[in-house]
Amino acid sequence: MPARAPLPDRLGALPRILEALRAYRLVAGMWLRASLAYRTSFWLTTIGNAVTSALDFVIIAIMFLHTTALGGWTLPQVAFLYGTSGMTLGLADLAVGSLDQLGQRVRDGSVDTVLVRPAAALAQLSADRFALRRTGRVVQSALILLWAVSRLHLDWTAGRLLVTVLLLVCGSVIFGSVFVAGAAFQFVAADAAEVQNSVTYGGATMLQYPPTIFARDLVRGVVYGVPLAFVNWLPAMYVLGLPDTLGLPGWFRFASPAAALLCATAAGLAWRAALRSYRSTGS
Amino acid sequence: MTSAVDDVHPPCPPPPVRAGVFPALGLYAAVGRGSFRRYATYRAATWSGAFTNTVFGFFIAYTYRALWEVRPHLGGYDLSAALTYVWLGQALLMPVAAMGGGIQDDLEARISNGDIAVDLYRPVDQQAWWLAGDLGRAGYHLLSRGVMPLLVGGLFFRLRMPAGGFAEAALTWCCFLVSVMFAVTVSFALRYMASLTGFWLLDARGVRQITLVLGMFFSGFLLPLTLFPSALAQVAQHLPWAGMVQIPEDVFLQRRTGSALLAGLGLQLGWIVVLLGAGQLVQRAAAAKVVVQGG
Repeated sequence: MPARAPLPDRLGALPRILEALRAYRLVAGMWLRASLAYRTSFWLTTIGNAVTSALDFVIIAIMFLHTTALGGWTLPQVAFLYGTSGMTLGLADLAVGSLDQLGQRVRDGSVDTVLVRPAAALAQLSADRFALRRTGRVVQSALILLWAVSRLHLDWTAGRLLVTVLLLVCGSVIFGSVFVAGAAFQFVAADAAEVQNSVTYGGATMLQYPPTIFARDLVRGVVYGVPLAFVNWLPAMYVLGLPDTLGLPGWFRFASPAAALLCATAAGLAWRAALRSYRSTGS
Repeated sequence: MTSAVDDVHPPCPPPPVRAGVFPALGLYAAVGRGSFRRYATYRAATWSGAFTNTVFGFFIAYTYRALWEVRPHLGGYDLSAALTYVWLGQALLMPVAAMGGGIQDDLEARISNGDIAVDLYRPVDQQAWWLAGDLGRAGYHLLSRGVMPLLVGGLFFRLRMPAGGFAEAALTWCCFLVSVMFAVTVSFALRYMASLTGFWLLDARGVRQITLVLGMFFSGFLLPLTLFPSALAQVAQHLPWAGMVQIPEDVFLQRRTGSALLAGLGLQLGWIVVLLGAGQLVQRAAAAKVVVQGG
């Protein structure tokens, strides 16, 4: 990779962000070419990725063979949750999902190589092993979302459209922040990578189902603790025109951007703190 | 690795040298014990994995509860049996490697980087060698990652433990453990063949993903097979994957007793024979292939 002199600080953050994005593009592009070298495997894994994530929907569909509503939500309504949950997790996974392998790199010492290169560590590590096959989940979820929308017969006002678009953007940012925060945690506990799966994949599984079926404390945890409820539950209540049975403030339905901003800031601070406290193995 | 062209060693793995059956068994037992200890080394990974199984257990348990509250006795399970099904499923997930993994990571890495050539020179049966390692791993995962989800699940939900008198309950536990061991072996036989495709494809990840999907769906890990549409349910209950989760679960829940219990264990055993046999054939073809490649 051609090294480029870092731009002067006085220009502010923007040049540094552009520089980081450029590093991300270069590293991701390299991994993209590498993955396309094994074409059979690339297509099989992409399709496999889509089918794996479709499996969750097949299970939901089988559940609805035996009932017309789950927690008071119909199949198209649950499909709306499913589609938005899968798309946001999938987009976050595509962009920064490789960070969940960070613990491995801390153990084998290869993080040090990243740190001596003149490019943002977060950009390099996020793009590491960039896997286009992860679009499998995004595309599959998008198809289910389209199906849900076609069945829901919603009156698509400007407000609903805006909230849906914001849902997809902010939801991806929230999941992305969880990946970054999880990676920061792996600097401290390199072996505990799997814990974050319970928030990312586990959280996404939870968000596929209506909030009404979960215990109150659990719901409170994903509103005020790790704010996953803002990914799709709360905005979906507005888009689908469902009454709030959780007893939360009404404006929470529109608070996803604020939650996303909060998550991104917290994750950024955690990442910075973890990176600064990182001590190499020294061997 | 040296090139096979000027390699003085015989190009085929030598026939296994065995001084009788028992010394060989001792060797495989040692491999299994070593594998158990190896996995036991990663304590933080074990804890975080058990934590994740437990969190997933909660999420899925609530979805089952919502469904069974609408339809009590769905698929022949009452609410408490259904919830037990969820938590036992989480406990079995790692031991039976329903999502793949275990030996697959090592085996696939050794195939793609060529180290497998060294393995082929070992005077052991490759399949038995990896099976021993996988059983050792499963034993550790059953003790470590199996117990915590069941304990936590039992704390928050009313679960159904093997009932009846002492003798009946003890028999159920024993049959359950046998069934779990069979489940690991069925799962191994499938994973082993999936990984061996790496000899032809160089990258077995695609095949692995497909087998993962089949395993997740047809094992009954996500939903009991009796909930499937009836024709599919009939077929699925006889496929090898049913032996990975559905049968051990039904043995534990005492839905299989008497002749049904024997039929369940027999089905597992039958698939073990078929799949390990098929694995031997694939292994032979693969060993020939590695010579053609020149290592």
